[in-house]
Amino acid sequence: MAKTIKEINEKIKKGEAVVVTAEEIIDIVEKQGVKKAAQKVDVVTTGTFGPMCSSGAYFNIGHAKPKIKLGGGRAYLNDVPVYAGFAAVDVYIGATALPDDDPRNKVFPGEFRYGGGHAIEDLVAGKDLKLAATAYGTDCYPRKELETLINIKDLNEAVLFNPRNSYQNYNVAVNLSDRVIYTYMGTLKPNLGNANYCSAGQLSPLLNDPCYKSIGIGTRIFLGGGVGYVVWQGTQHNPSVPRKENGTPCAPAGALAVLGDLKQMRPEWLAGTSMQGYGTTLTVGIGIPIPILNEEICQYTAVKDDDIYTQIVDYSEAYPQGKKGSLGEVDYAQLKSGKIVTQGKEVPTGNLSSYPKAVEIANILKEWIKKGDFLLSEPVAYLPGPDTGYTFNPLKERPVQK
Amino acid sequence: MITKRIVLHFPHRLADQPIVYKLVKDYDLEFNILKAYIAPEKGGLLVLELSGEDKNYEQGIQYLKRIGVKVQALSQDIIRNDRRCSHCSVCVPICPAGAFLVEPLTREVHFDDSKCIACGVCVKACPLRAMEVRF
Ligand code: SF4
Ligand code: SF4
Repeated sequence: MAKTIKEINEKIKKGEAVVVTAEEIIDIVEKQGVKKAAQKVDVVTTGTFGPMCSSGAYFNIGHAKPKIKLGGGRAYLNDVPVYAGFAAVDVYIGATALPDDDPRNKVFPGEFRYGGGHAIEDLVAGKDLKLAATAYGTDCYPRKELETLINIKDLNEAVLFNPRNSYQNYNVAVNLSDRVIYTYMGTLKPNLGNANYCSAGQLSPLLNDPCYKSIGIGTRIFLGGGVGYVVWQGTQHNPSVPRKENGTPCAPAGALAVLGDLKQMRPEWLAGTSMQGYGTTLTVGIGIPIPILNEEICQYTAVKDDDIYTQIVDYSEAYPQGKKGSLGEVDYAQLKSGKIVTQGKEVPTGNLSSYPKAVEIANILKEWIKKGDFLLSEPVAYLPGPDTGYTFNPLKERPVQK
Repeated sequence: MITKRIVLHFPHRLADQPIVYKLVKDYDLEFNILKAYIAPEKGGLLVLELSGEDKNYEQGIQYLKRIGVKVQALSQDIIRNDRRCSHCSVCVPICPAGAFLVEPLTREVHFDDSKCIACGVCVKACPLRAMEVRF
């Protein structure tokens, strides 16, 4: 018997909804069968806590006296450049932005101690941050310089807006070369010294709704410790990759653009992150509730690590050169066992995405829903699905006439 | 003249011996204590900056080894900031000493600092910079 989101919300309001995590549902479906499970369970909660570079925040600082127009000028938050190409006092800070005087990779590998991701964490933690700006001055906005401390509590709007988060599956990164390499997938030791992956696997939001049957535009989510929304498909959304029978993609596929009120968020769920030799980023906590509307959706949420596959990719040559080709396919149970075998070699594994934190997020969201504090939302539109032909295209470079 | 930072691990039985005093008196070495603690069952740990003539230094170290003190070169001492660690596990395969271990059920990452050889690799490789250098 199918349920509706409205019916589930009625149960949530009465405190009667049955909510379990994407880990707990595995056992329930295994023991009781999908039919019974779909009747009994109303919501399955998911979670993920990993580095997500396409993250950032915009905010409005309010007008100074006399007024200044940052738009078209330059602005910095704790020396990290922020994007000021908007109206007078709106700025956007991206997770990978670096202070102008950061040595970057001049001394290789760079440390990348502080960047946009760290400034966002500091802002959310309630610290005072230094805002410095220069502008060209106009009749209506005469001021040309501004230097002030700002605090999140005084900002007008402060909004986390991440164009791409919550990647549905990701590569396992290895290094076939004979030197250490430093990547966004972490430090990779030479000659297959380690294999790094980045997913919560069976707890990951989009792996529990692999064909986007319930998560869509307008879905209310746990974002950075507060409440946020899915606002679009993420950039590089690529639903057309090969999939297994259970619907899960065997390579990086879908992604979400998410947004939420930064003032509600917590620094423990938005952590400034430094990838040695690569740059800064933001580790973002996301949890998405999946309404168990029918047996099909329930079956999807019962997916376990053994049934989710991904590709091993060489980051010394294949990835940077944009060459297609996988060194092999592994499942997440193998990855989580601590070692995989590839090219005839046993390789120890590490995860960039924290599974214990993903469990914590799924449980927090579960509690919110059980307490009646968090209602599910009906998507207003769905994400481009596996059969829409929507793909992620490479850049077509064309010569520029000089 | 030589100056080095070293870590001395004392077995329990040596914890109350005047070892540093002997280094000064018999081997003419100068010292500066950077860190010291005594763990009840495990014995003591002393982090020293030791300097003196090359020959004396060598003999002093030989003396320490002879009486059963484990001598380790110190580049640094490494601790984990548990508030910052997310238990992601990316440090696990890169540690040359196997000081990180994933607990299979909870998937939490344990840091066994008795195995840590203070190579410093994890300090910059930890994305959340949870591994810190302390003296
Ligand atoms: S890499 Fe850092 S955050 Fe991750 S488990 Fe190791 S110490 Fe903790
Ligand atoms: S400093 Fe070196 S030995 Fe110690 S935990 Fe870190 S990587 Fe392992």
